[in-house]
Amino acid sequence: MPNGTIITDAGAELVPARPGEERGTLTGWVQDLVYTVDHKKLGMLYIGTGLFFFVLAGIMALLIRAQLAFPNGHVVTPQEFNYMITMHGTVMIFWVAMPIVFGMINYLVPLMIGARDMAFPRLNAFSFWLTFFSGFLLFFSFVAGPGLYGAGSAPDAAWFAIAPLTSPAFSKGHSIDFWSLSVLVSGIGSVTGAINIMVTIICYRTKGMTLHRMPLFVWLALVTMFLVVVFLPPLSAAQIMLTLERYLGATFFRAEAGGSAILWQHFFWIFGHPEVYILVLPAFGVISEVVPVFSRKPIFGYPMMVAASILIGFISAGVWAHHMFTVGMNSFGVTFFAMATLAISVPTGIKIFNWLATMYGGKIRLELPMLFAIAFLFQFLIAGLTGIMLGVAPFDWQLNDSYFVIAHFHYVIVGGILYGVFAFFYYWYPKAFGRMLDKKLGLWHFWLFTIGFHLTFDPQHFAGILGMPRRIYTYQPGRGWDLWNLISTIGAFVQAAGVVCFTINLLWSAWKGKIAGDDPWDAWTLEWATTSPPPDYNFEQLPEVRSRRPLWDLKHPEDPDWKFE
Amino acid sequence: MKSSDHLAWQDKDVTVGAYGILRFVHRLSFNVSLVGQALRDHGARLFWSVFLLFAAALPGTLNGQTADQVRSVQNIFQPIGAPAEAVYRTSVLVLLICLGIFVIVGGLLLYAVVRYRRRTTDDDSTEPPQVYGSTAIELAWTVPPILIVVVLALATARTVGEIKNAKFTGDPLEIRIVGHRFWWELHYPKYNITTANEIHVPVSYLSAPRPIEMTLASADVVHGFWVPELSGKEWLVPGRDNKWWIQPSSLGIYLGNCTVLCGLQHANMLIRVVVESPEDFDKWVTREQRPPTFDPNVEEGRKAFLANTCGSCHTIEGTTANGIFGPDLTHFMSRQTLGAGVAPNDDKNLRSWLRDPQVLKPGCLMPDMKLDKQEVEQIVAYLKTLN
Repeated sequence: MPNGTIITDAGAELVPARPGEERGTLTGWVQDLVYTVDHKKLGMLYIGTGLFFFVLAGIMALLIRAQLAFPNGHVVTPQEFNYMITMHGTVMIFWVAMPIVFGMINYLVPLMIGARDMAFPRLNAFSFWLTFFSGFLLFFSFVAGPGLYGAGSAPDAAWFAIAPLTSPAFSKGHSIDFWSLSVLVSGIGSVTGAINIMVTIICYRTKGMTLHRMPLFVWLALVTMFLVVVFLPPLSAAQIMLTLERYLGATFFRAEAGGSAILWQHFFWIFGHPEVYILVLPAFGVISEVVPVFSRKPIFGYPMMVAASILIGFISAGVWAHHMFTVGMNSFGVTFFAMATLAISVPTGIKIFNWLATMYGGKIRLELPMLFAIAFLFQFLIAGLTGIMLGVAPFDWQLNDSYFVIAHFHYVIVGGILYGVFAFFYYWYPKAFGRMLDKKLGLWHFWLFTIGFHLTFDPQHFAGILGMPRRIYTYQPGRGWDLWNLISTIGAFVQAAGVVCFTINLLWSAWKGKIAGDDPWDAWTLEWATTSPPPDYNFEQLPEVRSRRPLWDLKHPEDPDWKFE
Repeated sequence: MKSSDHLAWQDKDVTVGAYGILRFVHRLSFNVSLVGQALRDHGARLFWSVFLLFAAALPGTLNGQTADQVRSVQNIFQPIGAPAEAVYRTSVLVLLICLGIFVIVGGLLLYAVVRYRRRTTDDDSTEPPQVYGSTAIELAWTVPPILIVVVLALATARTVGEIKNAKFTGDPLEIRIVGHRFWWELHYPKYNITTANEIHVPVSYLSAPRPIEMTLASADVVHGFWVPELSGKEWLVPGRDNKWWIQPSSLGIYLGNCTVLCGLQHANMLIRVVVESPEDFDKWVTREQRPPTFDPNVEEGRKAFLANTCGSCHTIEGTTANGIFGPDLTHFMSRQTLGAGVAPNDDKNLRSWLRDPQVLKPGCLMPDMKLDKQEVEQIVAYLKTLN
C-alpha cells in the first residue's frame, strides 16, 4: 500500500498521504501550505505574502506622511526618512505588487483555461518561496544592515538606488547589499514563475480553448509574462554589477574610474518602465473580466483589445529613457523617447474606449467589483493624462523629480493597479473561499479608500507644480507646500482606515460570509463552472468550449456566442 | 570617446537616418506651431481662468517683485524668462488637450454609468443586446488619439530643440555649478569668482538679453538643479558636464531645491538665484573680486579659525585656508543664508552653526569641531568681517 494511504471499512476514503500531516490541525495546515504545489494554494500564498508586506510598507508610508504633515517635522530623523522612502518603494513594487500579480495569475489562469494545474507545479512552488524569502532577506537589513557598526539600518538610496549613492564610498555597511541581493533573488523567482505561466498558457489549454477564445485576463497574463522574462534579467544583471562594484572593485557606475552613473539609470529603467506595464496589464485583465460581466455584455472589440495589449508590450520596450529626460540627453534622444512615450497612449486609449463601449447599452450592476472597476477607469484616465504631460519632455523638465511625479505614479499604482486588485478580490473571493465578501464593509472600504486616495494624491500634483521636490525629509514653511502636505497626510490615514475595513472583511467573510455558490455573479468564464472553492483537480467535468464565453453558451443555448464570433 | 558617453546618447550616436527624420519633424513642427500659436496664447488665458481657482488658493504667488524680494513660493506656471516661458507655452497646450480628453472621456464614463446602470424596475431575466464589437467604430476612434499624439510630438520636438539647441543672442554669462553633498559650488570663470549656494545673475531686458549659460557638474553623487520659475530641472552627474541655461527677465530672489536624493541633507540643499539689475550685479562682481578684508581687530578669530583646521575644507583667500571640500568663505558675509539655505545668515544661527553644524543641518558633512564658547565668539567675529 502506498505510503500512509488507508482504505477504511466504509469504503475508499483517503487519509493524509504524507506522514505526520493531520488535517484540521494547525500543524497539518502549515504543512499543507509548505508542501503544496497546487496552483490555487500557491496563488493564495503569493497574495497573502503581498498583503503582509503591503501592511508593512503601508505603515512606512504613514510614517513618511506623518513626517511631512507640517514643515520642519520631527517624527523621524533624516536617516530614518531615507530608510522609509527606500523600503516603501522597493517593498511595494517587488514584494507587494509583484506577488499579488503572480498570485492573481497563478490562481486564475489554470482555472480559466481549463487546466488541472500549472505546467511545472514544483517550479511554481520554487518561484513562490524565492519571492517569499527574498522579502525577509530585505527586511533582515533592518537588523544586519550596518554590519559591525550597530543595529537599526536599511537601504537608503531610494527605490531605484541612484548610483553612485550605492557605491562603497557613499554607502557604508551592508544595507545596499541586502537590497541588491534580495531584489536579485526575487527577480529569479519572477522569471521562473513567468516561464511556468507562459508554458501553461501555451500548452495546457483545454480542448476548444484556442488562443482567440482565451479570456482577456489570460491574454494579458501572457503578455505580462513575456515582459517579465525579457525585462527582469537586465535588472538582475545590474544587481550583479552593483555587487561586483561593492565587493570586487568593479567600476561600472563610478565616474572617477571611468564608469557612468547614467549607465545605472539605463539598466534600471530598461527594467523599470516595462515593470509598470508588468503590474498594470494584469489589472487591465481584471477590469476586462469585471466590466463585461457586470455590464451583462461581452467585451467590445476583443481582437482589438488583444492587439492593443501586445502593442503596449512592444512599445513599452522603447520608452525607458523618459525617466531620464533630465540627465543631460541631447535633443534627439529626448525627442525620440518622448515620441515613443506618447505613442503608447494610443493603444491604452483604445482599451479605455473599448471598456466604455462595453458598458454602453448594458445593464450595469453596481456591485463592489464594478464600483472598483469604475473608479479604476476614472483614476486611470487621470493617471494616463498626467502621464502624457510627463511624456512631453519639456513639461517633464519641470515636473520630473517633483511631487507631481509622485502623484502621477501613485495614481497609476494605487488608483489604477490597486483598484484592479481590489476588484479582483471582490470578484473572485467567492470562488476561492466559497463565501461572499460582506457588502456593507466593502462599501465602507470603497468609500474610505477612494476619498482617502484623492485627499492624499490630488494635492501632491499642486505641491509639485509649486516646486516641491521628491524625497525631501523636511521643508521650510512659507514655500506654499504646507496646506497640500497636510491634506495629503490626512488622506493617507483615511486610506489606512479603508484598508482596515478591507482586512476585517477578508478575515470575517471567510468565517461568516454569505455562502456564494458556484457562480454568484452569473459569469461566463470557465472558473465559474466548478465548485467554490474548486477541488484540487479543478474540474470534474469541463463544459464544451466553443466561444469566448463557454458558460454563456451553456446558459443561453438559443443564442450562443459561437454563432457570432 | 568614453563608453559612458555612448550610453548617455551623446550627439554623434544618432544614426544619419534618424537625424534626417528628426530634422524633418523639427521643420514640420514649426509649421504646425504657427496654427497652434494662437490657440496657445489665448489658451493660456483660458487655462488660467480655470486653473487660477487653485492658484488663487496659494498664498503669495502673484506678487510683483523687487530685487530683494524673496519669491519663496515658486510656480512652474509663472515662468520668468526664455526657457521657462517656452516650456510654459508647451505645457499650456498639453494641459488644454488633456483637459479636453478628460472632459470628453470622463463625461462618457459618467454618462455610461448613470444611463446604463441597472434599475430596480429592470427585468433581470433578460440580458441586454449582446454587441461584440465594430471594426469600423474602433478604427474611427483610433484616429483622434493618433492625431493628438502627432500634434504633441511635434510641439515637443520643437520646444526641445528650442531649448536644448538654443543659439544665444547677446553675451552669455557663464557659470560653472558643482554639486556637493548638500551645497552648491559656483564659479564665474570670466570674472574669476568662486562662491557658493547663492547665484547672482543680471536681469535680462528685452532690449539686452543676457542668457546665463550654466555648466552643471558634480563632485560626488547625482544632484538635480531646479528653480521652477526660471527653467526646468537638469541633473548634475559625476563625470559629465551638462549644459543648461536660464534668462531671468524679472528682478527678485528665486528659490529652488536639489531634486535628486543625494543623502541625509538632500532636503536642505537649497538654491537661491538673486536676479539683479546689471548695475547691482556689477557691484556684486566688484565686491567678490576684491581681495578679502584684513581686520586686525579679529586677529584672534583668524588664528582660531586656522588653528582648528577649518582651512582643510574651506578657502579664505589671503590666508593658508585653501580647502575645497566646503564652501569658499572669502566673501562669506555677502551671502544671505547659511548651510545652503538652511537658515538666515545672522549672529544667532552662525553661533549655533559653529558650535555644532549638526543641530541646524543634521547629517551635513561638516563635523562638530568641539569649539569652546570663546572660540566660537572669536570665529564669529572673524567671519563677520569677510565682506
